[in-house]
Amino acid sequence: MKRVLLPLLAIAALIGVWALYVHLGHVNADDMPAPTQVARALYDDRDTLWSNFLVTAREILLGIALAVVAALAAAFTIHFSTTARLALYPPLIASQAIPVVLLAPLFVLWLGFGLLPKLLIIALVSFFPLVVTTTAALQRVDPNLLKLMKTLDASRLQTFRTVELPAALPGLFPGAKLAAVFSVIGAVFAEQGSSTSGLGLLYMITSNNLELPEAYAAVAILSAFAIMLFALLTVIERRALPWAYHPGR
Amino acid sequence: MPAIAIQNVTHTYPGIGRKRPPTTALENVSFTAETGQTLALVGPSGCGKSTLLELICGLLAPSVGQVESEPAALTPQSDLLLPWLSALDNAALPLRLHGASKQAAREQAAPFFTRFGLAGFEHSRPDQLSGGMRHRVSFLRCLLAGKPVLALDEPFASLDAITRAEMQSWLTDALRAEPRTVVLVTHDVEEAVLLADRLLVLSPRPGRVIADISIDLPHPRKRTDLQITELRAQALEHLGLPA
Repeated sequence: MKRVLLPLLAIAALIGVWALYVHLGHVNADDMPAPTQVARALYDDRDTLWSNFLVTAREILLGIALAVVAALAAAFTIHFSTTARLALYPPLIASQAIPVVLLAPLFVLWLGFGLLPKLLIIALVSFFPLVVTTTAALQRVDPNLLKLMKTLDASRLQTFRTVELPAALPGLFPGAKLAAVFSVIGAVFAEQGSSTSGLGLLYMITSNNLELPEAYAAVAILSAFAIMLFALLTVIERRALPWAYHPGR
Repeated sequence: MPAIAIQNVTHTYPGIGRKRPPTTALENVSFTAETGQTLALVGPSGCGKSTLLELICGLLAPSVGQVESEPAALTPQSDLLLPWLSALDNAALPLRLHGASKQAAREQAAPFFTRFGLAGFEHSRPDQLSGGMRHRVSFLRCLLAGKPVLALDEPFASLDAITRAEMQSWLTDALRAEPRTVVLVTHDVEEAVLLADRLLVLSPRPGRVIADISIDLPHPRKRTDLQITELRAQALEHLGLPA
């Protein structure tokens, strides 16, 4: 119960501070809408918001899926080959240092206005935390366990499947949670580069038109979606890895 | 032919840069172990006991000298059970690795749970087992590897004194039921004298064999027996410790 109640209270408190600031701080409503205005926009524009949300959610989920596949492949390659680790890590880091805002228009230029450039941008921002945490988790496996597997005649592949991979799973989830949150940011950039619909595009259009309550409503939905993805991953993590979460039970 | 033959083995670990000079863990060590013998290795920390086990298990090649051993399975210091597998699946792991189906491996491992005091814990996860239980499962896994030699690296070091005493008599019984050639590394002289047929005392690093004591006493042994306490005193003397 506390798990649900406390974060709700914290969010309510933040909204309260925001409302007080707008009402007592003599802030121009055109500069910063009050939470009530945003709530009204959420309700009034619900059809537009929902249909655009569906577009963005689809991009995000597909983007994450792409990132997970690519990141696991990269992490396994890095784990198995020192050459690959030495060669791949610097370009990986470089790929993260290039601002997505720069890449988004380039991807559109190369790949057109379809789904693909958006997926690539979302995958690109989600990819890195996944690779780093998975690689780290694979390398943290107790070396004594690997010795033991050798004396039990396990092949390299058997050791990977029976020991290293399951041992790395608890490390994979923190990366996936980060990726889930980053992917939402990635989606906004991606849609601003090339899009005909989506919450990112909606945000850009409404904020350019100074329809701030509508713009904030789009952001609120994106935030809620990020929280939902994060929570969903936490639930999956606990279900899938009970041994990592309930020691002694 | 002996099960294990170690001849003039010296092992040096390479250094790393300037800060870590090379260390010689073992120096000119020679001994043999007969099939079915339980051989205990005692010595101060860092005397190369674990290195010897890794040499016997073929995890390391000696810098100098020769190591010949029948295939050996290692029981590590900590139980190293896989936390995501049940006790039964942990014990059956070597069978699975040798190609048995999950079902067949379980069926083959299950009878050992009854024989070795683990009945009823087949489906428990390792974190639900006591330290002693976990060590039983770990030992069983080593046994089911089907190797003629068992290399036990301080198997009971992490257990409390009472559980340790229990496990020592448990191991004696287990080995009588499933005879193997055993190399037991321990820093507990009493444990060595209680369990082993022969006791090698190693010097501080670099480890050399400084005493070879045979323990020709019937099992079960009592730690209060005069002969046991005498052998214990003898070994402690070689280690330069008061009895």
